[in-house]
Amino acid sequence: MKKNKIILVLLIVLLSLVVALQAQENAGLKLPAGFKATLFADTIGSARHIAITSNGVVFAKLMYPNKAGNSIVRLQDANQDGVADNIKGWAKYGGTGIYVRGNQLYATSDNDVYLYQLNEKDEVVNPQSPKTIVKGLLARNQHASKSITLDGQNNIYVNIGAYSNACQEKDRVKGSKGMFPCPILDSAGGIWKFDGNKENQVYANGERYATGLRNVVGLDWNKQSNSLFVLQHGRDQLNSFYPELYSNEESAELPAETMYEIHKGDDAGWPYVYYDPFQKKKILSPEYGGDGKKEGGENAIDPAVFFPAHMAPNALLFYTGNQFPAKYKNGAFIAFHGSWNRAPLPQEGYFVAFVPFKNGKPNGAWEIFANGFAGEGKVMNTRKAKARPCGLAQGPDGSLYVSDDSRGSIFKISYTK
Amino acid sequence: MNNKVLFLSFICVIIFSNTVSAQDLAKGKKIYETRCLVCHQADGGGVPNMNAPLDGASNVVGNNIARLVRIIRAGYSEKVPLDGMYYNNVMTPNPDLKDADIANVLSYIRTSWSNKASKITVAQVQAVKGKK
Ligand code: HEC
Repeated sequence: MKKNKIILVLLIVLLSLVVALQAQENAGLKLPAGFKATLFADTIGSARHIAITSNGVVFAKLMYPNKAGNSIVRLQDANQDGVADNIKGWAKYGGTGIYVRGNQLYATSDNDVYLYQLNEKDEVVNPQSPKTIVKGLLARNQHASKSITLDGQNNIYVNIGAYSNACQEKDRVKGSKGMFPCPILDSAGGIWKFDGNKENQVYANGERYATGLRNVVGLDWNKQSNSLFVLQHGRDQLNSFYPELYSNEESAELPAETMYEIHKGDDAGWPYVYYDPFQKKKILSPEYGGDGKKEGGENAIDPAVFFPAHMAPNALLFYTGNQFPAKYKNGAFIAFHGSWNRAPLPQEGYFVAFVPFKNGKPNGAWEIFANGFAGEGKVMNTRKAKARPCGLAQGPDGSLYVSDDSRGSIFKISYTK
Repeated sequence: MNNKVLFLSFICVIIFSNTVSAQDLAKGKKIYETRCLVCHQADGGGVPNMNAPLDGASNVVGNNIARLVRIIRAGYSEKVPLDGMYYNNVMTPNPDLKDADIANVLSYIRTSWSNKASKITVAQVQAVKGKK
């Protein structure tokens, strides 16, 4: 009798161990068949964007210095087991943007763009004395982070987010009207283009490349179309300020999160319009006399792709590797940070999506590629989400890396057949 | 301040606290749901790096009531560390809320989730003059 009991207990312990281990298979992620994931790094700090050198060294930009006091982290996987074994860091300034080009490493604070030099081992030569490429960009409370990407011709594109929700006279105050023209657009709410090498550039040295973008966190250069693509975070709180026009449910589903292909001089319409994913139209913002139906933005561009509301697309990566199956080649991966602005409805996002592309144009519906970052079940309250995808980068072997600024982890996703 | 005054004001607080009824708390909850929940979330946990948590926040359960009242009235975007963390969003001001509404919503957030602080009376809110 007693023996049986002991065996039973042992069996239960064993079973629960197996279950626990299986839950951690693929580092807890749900992936399409043939893909595997490892937890490349964990609790490194609030990892925003990431970049990888041709030798596979990963650099992560942190929103705040981590426990060791560093805001840029260098990670190396010397024994090639999918887990970083050599982790170091430097810098004190928080920020989001990071980009590797050859042996040059760009990183951003909320005001400036810096450039570091890497040696042949991809170690930073001048951690304490980077070149300042751009300085003095606006950073006011909201949407202050600066994301960057480069084209093939030595130009750097910097997002300068609008320090406002909808350009009201008083930001986020019920009943306050939208300003016309919106004065914020002179120095923010768009993408600015600078020389990738010239030092100490300020606004006057750059050019406003695109406007009418409330806040872009994810952006990437598409080498096939030879053009910039950006992801906009749509406006918040339609229901808080216009309960007579938008129900809780409508406010949770409006407006769409949008991807734009950008050409020089484009205007994406913020703050005057937002994109309605159901009517598939640019709708006049209520701060500018809209009623949820009136159209606007005649001169504004339409999105190339649109997604459900408030999911917060924080990174964009065009996949140019050869490791993944053919359908992924040149397509777009998008890291959705996950919503908070859908409450009281369940939150959405917290996954990496994929959009197929052909010849530099979207070619088919978007789908969820990697899910499970937030943990099991629906996320009702944002702090319950375990990990929130925030950055993407492609390794030299074609693996996809995903960073998370909540738990501070980096996932490495590979295709193994 | 001597101990007697302290003690008396303590008694006052307790007496006043008791004048905040269950009905007032229900009203506070309603205000929370329509105005605050979108940012601070149903569980009062806020949004990491974005909107400050109210559940377990030392300022929310603390004794600087005037600061709390001013935050509700005038909004908040000081970008100072709150329990060691910074928050990027801007809190909406509520110039149209009456003193009684402010007392109710503050009472609600001070006694909800894991928070177990004293309730706030209308008199305490009235005592806070000026916008800043
Ligand atoms: C638009 C989003 C938003 C809304 C709506 C909002 N808040 Fe806030 N709240 C914030 C942010 C962001 C902060 C922190 C700001 C900072 O650190 O600069 C904050 C801070 C606070 C604080 C101070 C917390 C501390 O630890 O000191 C209190 C109290 C508070 N909010 C209560 C409320 C109440 C009550 C309501 C509803 C009447 C409300 N908030 C509505 C975003 C919001």
